[in-house]
Amino acid sequence: MDEQKRAVALISGGLDSMLAAKVVMDQGVHVEGINFYTGFCVEGHTHAIRKKKATKPKRNNALWVAEQLGIKLHIIDVIDEYKDVLLNPKYGYGKNLNPCLDCKIFMVKKALAWTFMEENNFDFILTGEVIGQRPKSQRKETMPLIAKQSGADDRLLRPLCAKNLPVTLPEREGWVDREALYGFHGRNRKPQIELAQSFGFTDWAQPAGGCCFLTDEQYARKLADLWQARGSREYELDDIMLLKVGRHIRPAPHYKLIVGREEGENRYLEGYRKTYLSIQPTSHKGPLALIDGQPEAADIDLAGQILARYSQGKTAEKVTLAVTFPDGVSRELTVAPLNPTKLDPHWHV
Amino acid sequence: MSDHELDARGMLCPMPVIKTQDTIKTMQPDDQLTVYATDPGTLQDIPSWCRVHGHAVLKVVESENEICFQIQVAPE
Repeated sequence: MDEQKRAVALISGGLDSMLAAKVVMDQGVHVEGINFYTGFCVEGHTHAIRKKKATKPKRNNALWVAEQLGIKLHIIDVIDEYKDVLLNPKYGYGKNLNPCLDCKIFMVKKALAWTFMEENNFDFILTGEVIGQRPKSQRKETMPLIAKQSGADDRLLRPLCAKNLPVTLPEREGWVDREALYGFHGRNRKPQIELAQSFGFTDWAQPAGGCCFLTDEQYARKLADLWQARGSREYELDDIMLLKVGRHIRPAPHYKLIVGREEGENRYLEGYRKTYLSIQPTSHKGPLALIDGQPEAADIDLAGQILARYSQGKTAEKVTLAVTFPDGVSRELTVAPLNPTKLDPHWHV
Repeated sequence: MSDHELDARGMLCPMPVIKTQDTIKTMQPDDQLTVYATDPGTLQDIPSWCRVHGHAVLKVVESENEICFQIQVAPE
């Protein structure tokens, strides 16, 4: 009896990768999922930092997909390795700071290395790519490029658009039946939704959306601002996580405030009080703010005035705040809340 | 059978899941792992990850600022 073939599916948490894995599973192939964590992934949890969104599911969509399919999911931390992809993309950026094509090549390459590790021993890789689905990375000419540059070559199967592509190893060897694969193309989501329904799936995440903050204009602007202010494009995980949280207000190039917008964000920012100078109103209820950069005494005063604007004392004559340094030393600061007309809109990153 | 501990406090998902996964990879079948976390997302994700890999979540204890999971590694 033939040994059951094994495939690893790149699972993003979206609909296409879920369908691609299901199509191949239904052909009797053993499928396991792999998901790469770059630090820029859009996760329900990051949004859930904000209390008002607490009613949205806090699930990790890739894990949720794995549960729907009944497959194992391996989540791989690629935060450090991903820096080179973001900072030096061979094929450039998309609309914002998204190096989508380099990212896809990187992920398939990583999956390939993982797939053929001795203890894993998989036969091929599959993705949910569809020709024409994404303007940067999912085009007719990028499909062979990804296969070649990643080193996966014909061990890379795209079940949703396989009929529009040359025959791959799993098809040639009869591990999967090409006739039972699909020929989807373009941005129309109807075929995927119909296929999902035929499988009995009633719920899926972001059917047409992205899964990466780097495609988000506002996020990309904050990242570019961070790089410019530091004079370097180096970053750590905490830097890029903090860009997802709070209002970012930069009154001067050498410092910015990160102001919590609600309880969940304040709680999250609390965790950074030993790393950043922090300010919080004490005479009135109000948010916590971290100061990133090298503020002078006058800057801290202005930061206090700005923060007072976001407190319940915004119309009061004076607001008292606690200014706490990373070493835990704290001092009191009393300021008049900044007049809204003096809050330069350009300060908002 | 041996007991292990993982401190994932202060980490946001999916890092606590990744750390749990990487720790369990070094453990033996039926070993137990206690994970301490603070991200409320772990309440969903750690049990979900355990389910897909066949590990048992024996206990989840939630206190005001912390969540504690007791996990038993799947038998061979």
